[in-house]
Amino acid sequence: MWFFTGFFRGKPLFFSMATAAKGKILAVIGDEDTVVGFLLGGVGELNKARKPNYLIVDKGTSLQEIEDAFKGFCARDDIAIILINQHIAEQIRFAVDQHTSSIPAVLEIPSKEAPYDPSKDSIMNRARGLFNPEDFR
Amino acid sequence: MSGGGKDRIAVFPSRMAQTLMKTRLKGAQKGHSLLKKKADALNMRFRDILKKIVENKVLMGEVMKNAAFSLAEAKFHAGDFSHTVIQNVSQAQYRVRMKKENVVGVFLPVFDAYTDGPDAYDLTGLGKGGANIARLKKNYNKAIELLVELATLQTCFITLDEAIKVTNRRVNAIEHVIIPRIENTLTYIVTELDEMEREEFFRMKKIQANKKKLKEQEAAQRAIDDAAAGNTNTTSGNSSSDAPRNIFSNEDDLPVLFN
Repeated sequence: MWFFTGFFRGKPLFFSMATAAKGKILAVIGDEDTVVGFLLGGVGELNKARKPNYLIVDKGTSLQEIEDAFKGFCARDDIAIILINQHIAEQIRFAVDQHTSSIPAVLEIPSKEAPYDPSKDSIMNRARGLFNPEDFR
Repeated sequence: MSGGGKDRIAVFPSRMAQTLMKTRLKGAQKGHSLLKKKADALNMRFRDILKKIVENKVLMGEVMKNAAFSLAEAKFHAGDFSHTVIQNVSQAQYRVRMKKENVVGVFLPVFDAYTDGPDAYDLTGLGKGGANIARLKKNYNKAIELLVELATLQTCFITLDEAIKVTNRRVNAIEHVIIPRIENTLTYIVTELDEMEREEFFRMKKIQANKKKLKEQEAAQRAIDDAAAGNTNTTSGNSSSDAPRNIFSNEDDLPVLFN
């Protein structure tokens, strides 16, 4: 269902009730524990094509699969935030660094085995060029 | 300091062009100060957000540790339920709404989290470990809330970073390219106008000198003519040459400038 909401640069602006009412979702790439935790938190979704918004990375998952999943999540327009375990982000660092647009936002989260290391975060790295993060402690 | 060989706008050096350039210079200076103010406002916001990001990232480490620990606890009590959880995925309960916040003309996206729809896992842990799983859910909900906030800050960070870069580029362009160019043009116009004035003055002087010379020549000629006429006819004192000159007969008024 589409609703007229006003004008933008002279063109009539519509927005669909379907996307407005349902909002955007989060995506998770991580090890099994992380993903299960977030699924219990209620972020999991299978879309109409039965494609999940999460990827469980275990020993058998190849780098290519992770990269494809990450790029697939970036390309989907119903995903606003991508949560990715930092040690997995480390493996596909080139793809994470390539993603520069603001939406979806890529958040690197610590996993059970690997504690959070601020020096490896892409955003923190970008910030370090401008300020010293240690100053804020 | 002539401004001739330097980078300047191609204008004809006239008073009008000078006024125009002065207006443009004023406009450029105003724009520069406004953009500078905008950059300052963005920078202030940027530092604020950066501080919050660093704080939240540290907090996130703590919250995630708690969440992972409660997961391990729940697994210990309820057995391995991860497969049932993964199998039961249908619709997301946790969603985010996008809002826009306006900071000095820059739209910052803000994520607003809300829960919607039924809990798909209300039966998980029904047999055993229900309390632990409830705590686990609560912990992860807290983590998600924090992460959504962090995502907002992060998108703001990226958007602001971009906006600050663009604004700084504009400020520098105005300061180092546009204003010097207009100033060069202004000095060029002023020197050119001065030169024109000097030329005009010189031309006037030259005309005056020429006229004076001609008058002297004429007087000398008349003196010779008078002398010659005095020799032949002294009685006729009031000759035609002595009569007051008719100013309308201008056969002697040759254009001095172009000969």
